Amino acid sequence: MRIACPFCGERELGEFTYLGDAAPKRPMAFAADGAEQPEAQDLFFDYVYLRDNVAGDMTERWYHGGGCRSWLTVTRNTTTHEIKAVHAAPGAGAQKRTKAGATS
Amino acid sequence: MSRTSQISGDAAPLAFNDNPAADSRQPRSISTGTQSHRLSSGGQIDRKQPLGFTFDGKKMVGFAGDTLASALVANGIKLVGRSFKYHRPRGILTAGAEEPNALVELRGGARREPNTRATTTELYDGLAAESQNRWPSLRHDVMAVNSLFSPIFVAGFYYKTFMWPAKLWEKLYEPAIRRAAGLGKASGAADPDHYEKAWAHCDVLVVGSGPSGLAAALAAGRAGARVILAEEDSRLGGRLLSENGEIDGKPVAEWLAGAQREIAALANIRVMTRTAVFGVYDGGTYGAIERVNDHVPVPPAHQPRQRLWRIVAKHAVVAAGAIERPLVFPGNDRPGVMMASAVRSYINRFAAMPGRQVALFTNNDDGWRTAEAVQRAGGAVAAVIDSRGAAPERYRGLSAKLLGGVVSAVNGGVDCVRSIVVRDAGGRTQQIETDCLAMSGGWNPNVALSSFHRGRPVWRDDIAAFAPGQCPPGMVMVGAASGDFSLAACLREGHAAGEDAAKACGAKGKAGEAPKGDDEVFAIKPLWHVEGGKAFVDFQHDVTASDVKLAQREGFESVEHLKRYTTLGMATDQGKLSNVNGLALMAEATGRSIGDTGTTIYRPPYAPVAIGALAGHHRDENFHAWRLTPSHHWAAERGAVFVDTGLWKRAQWYPIDGEKDWLESVTREVLAVRNGVGFCDVSTLGKVDVRGPDAGIFLDRLYINTFSNLAVGKARYGLMLREDGLVYDDGTTSRLAEDHYFLTTTTAKAGPAMQHLEYCRQVLWPELDVQLTSVTDQWAQFSIAGPNTRDLLKNLCDPSEDLSNEGFPFMGVREVSLRGGMRARLYRISFSGEMAFEIGVPARYGEAMAENLMRAGAEFGVTPYGTEALGVMRIEKGHVAGPELNGTTTADDLGLGKMMSKKKDYIGRAMAGREALTAPDRQVVVGIKPVNKTNRLRSGAHIIPKGAAPGPETDQGYLTSVCYSPMLGHWIALALVERGRERHGEIVRAYDPLRGEDMDVEITSPVFYDPEGGRQRG
Ligand SMILES: [Zn+2]
Repeated sequence: MRIACPFCGERELGEFTYLGDAAPKRPMAFAADGAEQPEAQDLFFDYVYLRDNVAGDMTERWYHGGGCRSWLTVTRNTTTHEIKAVHAAPGAGAQKRTKAGATS
Repeated sequence: MSRTSQISGDAAPLAFNDNPAADSRQPRSISTGTQSHRLSSGGQIDRKQPLGFTFDGKKMVGFAGDTLASALVANGIKLVGRSFKYHRPRGILTAGAEEPNALVELRGGARREPNTRATTTELYDGLAAESQNRWPSLRHDVMAVNSLFSPIFVAGFYYKTFMWPAKLWEKLYEPAIRRAAGLGKASGAADPDHYEKAWAHCDVLVVGSGPSGLAAALAAGRAGARVILAEEDSRLGGRLLSENGEIDGKPVAEWLAGAQREIAALANIRVMTRTAVFGVYDGGTYGAIERVNDHVPVPPAHQPRQRLWRIVAKHAVVAAGAIERPLVFPGNDRPGVMMASAVRSYINRFAAMPGRQVALFTNNDDGWRTAEAVQRAGGAVAAVIDSRGAAPERYRGLSAKLLGGVVSAVNGGVDCVRSIVVRDAGGRTQQIETDCLAMSGGWNPNVALSSFHRGRPVWRDDIAAFAPGQCPPGMVMVGAASGDFSLAACLREGHAAGEDAAKACGAKGKAGEAPKGDDEVFAIKPLWHVEGGKAFVDFQHDVTASDVKLAQREGFESVEHLKRYTTLGMATDQGKLSNVNGLALMAEATGRSIGDTGTTIYRPPYAPVAIGALAGHHRDENFHAWRLTPSHHWAAERGAVFVDTGLWKRAQWYPIDGEKDWLESVTREVLAVRNGVGFCDVSTLGKVDVRGPDAGIFLDRLYINTFSNLAVGKARYGLMLREDGLVYDDGTTSRLAEDHYFLTTTTAKAGPAMQHLEYCRQVLWPELDVQLTSVTDQWAQFSIAGPNTRDLLKNLCDPSEDLSNEGFPFMGVREVSLRGGMRARLYRISFSGEMAFEIGVPARYGEAMAENLMRAGAEFGVTPYGTEALGVMRIEKGHVAGPELNGTTTADDLGLGKMMSKKKDYIGRAMAGREALTAPDRQVVVGIKPVNKTNRLRSGAHIIPKGAAPGPETDQGYLTSVCYSPMLGHWIALALVERGRERHGEIVRAYDPLRGEDMDVEITSPVFYDPEGGRQRG
């Protein structure tokens, strides 16, 4: 398999490490007012353990450890391995940042 | 019609003429001498270059251009091996990579190479081949008695016979079966040759260089695409080398020579001969094996034997041709029965006549060309048996005896066919004298490469074969591989595919005209099985037609079951000849169509690939890369013993003369540190530079404890969890400036932790303004420990540096000047529990620093120590490490629960609060002392309460880290024990069934030495 890294170009699978589904978003342990979220543990349980078993297009996290050390978001068909899109993670490379403290 | 006019005039199916000598239209005669079956002229061999070789010790001569198989044919050798199960005599069946029978052992000693196909082995001077699977000799093989018991060696025999008692399988049945059945033997010695791996990139990969492949390569090359033309054989041409005919009005040999000249002149075409494409992988990546030096006895210096290629191609034109299918009739495995196309190859390409009286058994038009080729070369055709009853129109002029019907028996000795029995539709039989029976059951397109991505081949009645189904993206199959067998179609399709592929890659040039050849019809009427005796489907695994039928009767109807129950297609030839016949027989038995019966799943590799080639240079000491510490060579010169920790080689201890074992050396090193001063290279710890205005917030979210409030110039121990709440890693992090931290990880987690940190930065919290740089390799770092540490440092540092407790307090960090002016980072941190500093200098000064530490500490008897002493001292101090950070422990299990901040979110915070992770009966870190102080503790021993019977219900934990403590004078351990913190002072059992040990031990505090910590703060 080959992945077109937005920074390095098309590279071979061996340069990348797979993490998994990019869909789950890390929940907030604290509410905006600083109070602890009572349901945080349930939200984190879903975030850590529950995954859809996708047959078809899936967005995934891949790490270009053998290249630019960027985290990538890859849209891949899990049944054909066709890669339809590759994007850099929001904090990868020299991208413009929002102000500290904002959430992703 | 005369024979000559027919050959040049009528468009014979694939009737090519590669053979300049054949152009003379003169019948050739068989030469005499050792090469009793060599034709006196013609062929792509060089009669001026005789090559001596041996087969089972017998000396023979062949010519340059021969394969081992063609040389054996030329020397009249028919018996070349014994079959896998029945030890039946077997001869050369094919002239190509699909060969199931003619497998030999090549070379001797460590280079011995079993199961090598004689048909693809290029002959070289001095080649020595041995037959396989026979004893004491090929002619007299005692195991051939298996054949007498063949009624019991039926499908599923092993499963049925050796089921019970199961315990006998390993000791008795399997070794006996392995002795009796099998092929060649590996040498058992390490392969002395080397192999390499390489990448290649191109626009258009053309697989195969027959008429379709050459047309494709020429079209794509002329258009300007970057082309790789891969050919398994040593020369280009494919079937053009073995057939007669014309292309563009020229004899094929002439056309082929012209095509090769044009290809050589096009710089954008790379020709790779002796290179078999064996697999298709995602993203247009193709696996290929180049047999760089298999055609010489020993590779020249600095050259590999084979090279594994990964070829990345935007488009691929697969012109892999077709493989002729055997007919399944009684006696079809006797030496002297040969594929009809192979007979033509031996005659036309190698000028070797496989028999003096050749008979032909065919169910299709194409087979007839063998009769024609035999007569052309001056050989005799004993008879043509066509199961369809009549000669095809274009061969009616052939002066050969035609018999309708089938071959129902093959008679002869161990080494040859002597006669065949032909049975007509009415059941009447007659005997025909022959020493070579050519058979043709039709052609199977070579669909393998099209099917490796689960493309299912499609049955075509018109050719009675499977043609390619859905191809992987970017691939197109052409010519015979796509089921279009005529020369004209091959040239046309190859040209069009080459042109299209080049255009799709953006090539702008002109592809020119497609070459023109004969366009003939391929006619076949399937004949799947002739009843009346042992008829082989899979020659290499000795699977007969009746085995297939038995499998069906016993319920193994699915093709995947058929394969595994009978082992059909599971030998080294992977069923290249046998699979379709097996499927057809199964279809017949079940009453389904062949298309509905389907094929088994195709998987790479298509051709055998040596494990050595897959390994390449990654073997022995180069299996993986080495990482050497900055003081490695210095340590090696001092005689250090090294240990592999991940990729690192670390000094484990430094033995000195007179020490009898490692324990004595390690004990000396520990005592030297605790009583004086020592140092240890700790550069392998992961080191990360963390910079930016949000560096503190970033670390707060990463660690369970807080770093944003760490003062500049101070270090703090930190613990990271995984998001599931279990401990991930630990290490010391220092604040060097307001926006600059220096983070360390354990040696083992240096790589993964960096990846984790980048994930947090780039994916979880991209809004934080922070940058990470891995600096593990940039710093040489030494731990200097012991009561004399400060004295040593005074000798090392510039006198202006204040190293007093006030000027450089515990956990202080700052840059210092060394004597001579060099700058270094100094960290007052301790893993050993002693007064200690770590000093960091650029990695290139590692050896110089080790030498300077020796010099600066000479007056205090400074002692370098290794990882073993480091480990002893951390166990004495109760510091946790890898065995305790084992992926199952929580911060509280390690006694570090109080570090978990309640005021902030961090990775793992929510999940660490789960019920099971905070349960009061968890196993936590404790110390363990033996009650009998002379006992040695063993890591892994189980903790069992006194008086309880050992078992899973009474198991309360285990010893994680064990050492002999020089300070206490006996063995000590850290352990994970249920409710351990409440049980200090309790006597329990350390039970080790693996080593048969069982002893009483006391649960203690994990801190064995200096529990108040005064030494490190002093
Ligand atoms: Zn990259």
